[in-house]
Amino acid sequence: MRKLRVVHYINNFFAGIGGEEKADIPPEVREGVVGPGLALNKALGNEAEIVATVICGDSYFGQKTDSAKETMLEMIKSHKPDIFVAGPAFNAGRYGFACGEMAMYVEKELEIPVVSAMYRENPGVDMYKRDLHIIETEISAADMRNAVPRMANLVLKLAKGEEVGSPAEEGYHERGIRVNYFHEKRGSERGVDLLVKKMNGQECVTEYPMPVFDRVDPNPAVKDISKVKVAIVTSGGIVPQGNPDRIESSSATKYGIYDINGMDRLSADDFMTIHGGYDRAFVTEDPNLVVPLDVMREMESEGVIGELANYFVTTTGTGTSVGNAKGFGEDFAQKLVADGVGAVILTST
Amino acid sequence: MVKEVERAGIPVVHMATVVPISLTIGANRIIPGVGIPYPLGDPTLGEVKSKKIRRSMVERALTALQTEVDGQTVFE
Repeated sequence: MRKLRVVHYINNFFAGIGGEEKADIPPEVREGVVGPGLALNKALGNEAEIVATVICGDSYFGQKTDSAKETMLEMIKSHKPDIFVAGPAFNAGRYGFACGEMAMYVEKELEIPVVSAMYRENPGVDMYKRDLHIIETEISAADMRNAVPRMANLVLKLAKGEEVGSPAEEGYHERGIRVNYFHEKRGSERGVDLLVKKMNGQECVTEYPMPVFDRVDPNPAVKDISKVKVAIVTSGGIVPQGNPDRIESSSATKYGIYDINGMDRLSADDFMTIHGGYDRAFVTEDPNLVVPLDVMREMESEGVIGELANYFVTTTGTGTSVGNAKGFGEDFAQKLVADGVGAVILTST
Repeated sequence: MVKEVERAGIPVVHMATVVPISLTIGANRIIPGVGIPYPLGDPTLGEVKSKKIRRSMVERALTALQTEVDGQTVFE
């Protein structure tokens, strides 16, 4: 069987052309291996060999992305590769971007297996991990001798159509892909086993790592709420009829701020819920079940609270990523502060 | 979102039906909601009673805002 043909992509630095002062070099192609390609070639063994190396300056790629991609695709194509390897980029952000973009492009246009390698904080990981196999590396090129064999191993498996193991087994960044499988032991048995281990002080590894939530110290209590402006925020998905800003029913990417000036309550004629995570029947009839404008307006006129803000802030809680929710919060909290809001009631379903 | 409001220096109370979620994510002042499709009220008891419940819950929320807490506290 003939050796599989590999084209390798590296940047100005790893090609030995130069550092930052050479980050603007345009794409070029050379026969055979360059720089870390030597180690990669060795790791590929008898089954594959690097027939060409494409090189591009990291800044050139970042600034002239489309033309760099097209130019390099032609260079790569002309070498008829079976496999494409980009990097390793370690923690270099522009390089990670270039590796990810090239790998995606080559995979799409040439329909061949591709692999890259990056350190977990490389922005390229978050950008491409769902679509590409990216081997996890340490922060610097000192990890080359670990990264390269893993890249070779994985890309050969992809090329031969062999089963690719889990991220932990093969050493690539988790792609967020959930794979169902049958375990010999039921979940209940495994749960008890884990508990027994824990009670015995033995090592017990979670099957599912839980996200870590940070903590914020509570603010001092409000001294006298009858003197304070209160605002309502909700994750219950209450929006004006017709959802003018098209807030999503799940996994929201935006939030809205809607006027309640002059309203004694939220009328079902004016407001609806778009939240996809609860039975909407009750709230559709009475949105005050989620945004308690009716009672808060009463309390405002009775002087129980100093003032109610003119608007409420809303989004859909279900499925919305922590990252997005945090972003919304950072954003509208600034407006609340600027508007002199002294307390917030945040409602969730 | 609760934590970002807190971080901005504004005291905030989370009125949420699923209290364990509120505790896990780190809200400091928590009022348990009635039901998932109706956190602030109980429409199964009719509009008048539902609104009374809502009023008393928001009053509790205001009390929570005016109560010093040194960690996460659920105001039943």
